[in-house]
Amino acid sequence: MRALLPLAFLVLTAAAEGPALPPAQEAAARTLMHELRCLVCQHQSIADSDADMAADMRAVVRERIAAGENPEQVKSYLVSRYGDYVTFDPPKTGANLVLWAAPLLFLAIGAVAVWRLYRRKGA
Amino acid sequence: MIPEIGHAALWLAAGLALAQALAGFRADGGRIAVPAALLQGVLCAVAFAALTWAFVKSDFSVALVAGNSHTAKPELYKWTGVWANHEGSMLLWAAVLAVFGALAAIRAKGLGERFRTVMLSAQGFIALGFYAYLLIASNPFARIVPAPIEGSGMNPLLQDPGLAFHPPLLYIGYVGLSVTFSFAVAALLLNRVTPEWARAVKPWVLGAWSFLTAGITLGSFWAYYELGWGGWWFWDPVENASLMPWLAATALFHSVGVLAARGALKNWTLLLAVVAFSLSMVGTFIVRSGLLTSVHAFAVDPERGIFLLVLLAIYVGGALTLYALRAGTVTAGTPFRPVSREGGLVVNNLILSAVLGVVFLGTLYPLFLEAATGEQVSVGPPYFQTALLPLLLPLVAVMAAGPLMRWRAMDWAGLGRRLVPALVLGIAAIGIALALGMRSPLALAGVALSAWLAAASVMIFRGRKLKRVRRIPASVWGTALAHLGIAVTTLGIAVSGAGTIETLANLAPGGRLSAGPYTAQVDDIMPAAGPNYTAIRAMLSVTGPDATIVLAPERRTFVNPGNETTETDIWPRLTGNLYAVLGPGDGSGRWQVRLVWQPMIALIWIGGMMAAFGGLISMMQGRRRREDME
Repeated sequence: MRALLPLAFLVLTAAAEGPALPPAQEAAARTLMHELRCLVCQHQSIADSDADMAADMRAVVRERIAAGENPEQVKSYLVSRYGDYVTFDPPKTGANLVLWAAPLLFLAIGAVAVWRLYRRKGA
Repeated sequence: MIPEIGHAALWLAAGLALAQALAGFRADGGRIAVPAALLQGVLCAVAFAALTWAFVKSDFSVALVAGNSHTAKPELYKWTGVWANHEGSMLLWAAVLAVFGALAAIRAKGLGERFRTVMLSAQGFIALGFYAYLLIASNPFARIVPAPIEGSGMNPLLQDPGLAFHPPLLYIGYVGLSVTFSFAVAALLLNRVTPEWARAVKPWVLGAWSFLTAGITLGSFWAYYELGWGGWWFWDPVENASLMPWLAATALFHSVGVLAARGALKNWTLLLAVVAFSLSMVGTFIVRSGLLTSVHAFAVDPERGIFLLVLLAIYVGGALTLYALRAGTVTAGTPFRPVSREGGLVVNNLILSAVLGVVFLGTLYPLFLEAATGEQVSVGPPYFQTALLPLLLPLVAVMAAGPLMRWRAMDWAGLGRRLVPALVLGIAAIGIALALGMRSPLALAGVALSAWLAAASVMIFRGRKLKRVRRIPASVWGTALAHLGIAVTTLGIAVSGAGTIETLANLAPGGRLSAGPYTAQVDDIMPAAGPNYTAIRAMLSVTGPDATIVLAPERRTFVNPGNETTETDIWPRLTGNLYAVLGPGDGSGRWQVRLVWQPMIALIWIGGMMAAFGGLISMMQGRRRREDME
C-alpha cells in the first residue's frame, strides 16, 4: 500500500481553474456555475463536478467574468457554443413554455376539480 | 451449493406467487393465498441470506460477487454490498415485497376473509412480475466459470455507512406502498371503499411514508457529505424519483384521514393509492433502467429497462383501467364546508398534487422533448426552485392551519383566534432575523413561515390538560411532531440558503482562507493510507469566535476498482456546519481548498427525521384503532 503513495500525488493533479477573482466576482461566477451543466457528467453542474471538462468550463467562466462580462453574457456565450443542454435553466421559449406554465396549469386544473366537488355537494 | 439454494428458493417463491395471484379467483382462495404469502416471506429471506453469504464469504464463483466485491473490502461493505448493485438491489426489492405480503396476510383481517384473499391476490400479481424480472433478466445467483481469484470491487462512493442503509429504508417505503395499492385494487373489485377500509389502510400508508421520509433524508445527507459539493438536494432525476412517491403518499394519508372520518373523497383517495405505488415502480424503473442517466444510475442496461417498462405498463395500466371502470360505482360521501378540517385537507391535496405534477413534468420533460423533437434540454435546480416556491410557501402556510380546524364546518373567526400565537411568533421571527442581519426577502419569508408553522404545531395540543397527557391520542402527537419537523426543515433551508458563504483558494502549507466567522490555515498536506485506498490529507487548523478545531479533508484514491473520491471533513453544530473539501493540486505544491460556512443546515435533516418519527407514532394509533375494531 505504501508504495502507491507517490503515485497518488501524480494522479490527483488536475486542470487549472482559471484566474483568481475578487470575492464579489467569484460569488457571481459560482452562482452561474451552479446553473451550468457539466457536459460529460450525469446531471451535475460544473460547480459540483471533478471532471476535467468541468474545470475547463469553470476556467472559461472565470476568464470571461474577469474580462468584464456579466453572468448573462457568459451564459449566452456557452449556450451559443453548446446549445440549451448546457444550462439547467431552460429558456422560456417554444415548447418550454408548457414546462414553465406547469405550476399554474396544475393548480388551475386542481382548483376546477375542487370547485366541482363543492358544487356537487354544496346544496 | 448455497447460491443454488437461494436460486431455488426464488423459483419456489415465484410458483407460490402465481398460486397466490390465482387464488383470488376462487371463493375459498384464502386457504391458498395466506400460506402462500407467508411462505414467500420465508423463501425470499432464504434467497437474500444466500446472496449475503456469497458476498460475506467472497464467493467469486457467483458472477455478481465477482463483479461487485473484493476480498480487501471492509467487512461492513461486504454485508451491505449485497444491495449496492443492480441484481442485489432488485432481490432486496422482491424480498421486502415478500415480507410485506406476509405481514399483510397476518394483519389485514379486519375487512373480512374475502377482502384479504383478493388483496393478497393483487399482491401476488405484483410479486410474480418482479420474480420473473429477477429470474429471467437479472439473476443474482448466476455462476461464472472459471471463478476469478479476485473480485473487481465496489464503487468507493457507495462504501459509506449513509449509503449502506439508504436503499433498504427507501425500499421499505417504496414497497410498503404496494400493500396500499393492493388494498385499493381489492376495494375497487369488491366495492368496499368505506371508512373501515380507510382506517385499515392508513397504518400501511403511514409506515411506508415514514420509511420513505427517513430514506430520502438519509440519502440527502449522504449526498451532502460524501459527494463533496456542499449541496443537499440536486434535483437529480433519481432524487426526484424518490420524491414523487413521497409526495403522493403524503397526499394519500391526509386524504385517507378524510375518508376514515367522513367517508368523503373516496375516488380521489383510491386514485392516489394507485398512483403512489405506480410512482414507486416508476422510480425503480428510472433508477434501474438508466433511462434518465444520473449519478445514481450505475446499471445502464436497455434490455432490462424494457422488461421493467412492460411490467410497469401492465400494473399501472391495469390498475388505472380498473379504476376507470369501477370508480363510477363508488358512492359519494358526507358533504362538508370549504372551511373545515376536510376543506383544509382538500387544499393540502390540491397543492401537493400540483407539486407532484411539476416534479413529474420537470423530471421527464427532457425525455419527452428529445423523443418528440430530438432537441436536448436540461431541467435542473433553477427551474424546480422557481416553479415550486410559489406552491411550497402557501403549502407550509396552510399546513399550520389544517390541524387547528374542526371537522365538518368552522368559521373564519374561530380559526383566526387559534392562529393568533402563530402569527405573533411569525412576526417576531422576522424581527429577530432582521436584527441578525438577514436581508433576503425569500429567506425572511421562510423563517417567518417556519415560526408560524412551529407555533401552530404546538397549538395542536390546545385545550388538553397536562394531567391527562397519557390520554392524548398517538395521532395527535404524531401530527404535531411531523409538522414541527417540517417547520425545522424549513428553517434550515431558509437560513442555510441565505447565509451560506463559500470560499475557494489554491493554497500551499501556511496559506489561509476564511468563510463566514471562521479562518482556516493549512498546516500540512500529507499522504495517508486506509484499508483499500491511499489518500492526500490536508490538516486545516480553524479558528473562529467560539472555538479552535482541526479539520482534515482528504482526496482518496481507491484500488479495486481504481477510483477517486473527495472525503469532506465537516464540523457540524446546530448553529451551522463548517465544511472543508480538498480539491485537486496544481502540480507545484498548491492544493485547491474549499471552505464553506452553512448556518443551521443540520436542521434540514433533523426536521426530516422528526417528520419520519411523527409518521411512525401516528401509525401506532392506526394499529390500536384497528385492533379495537377486530
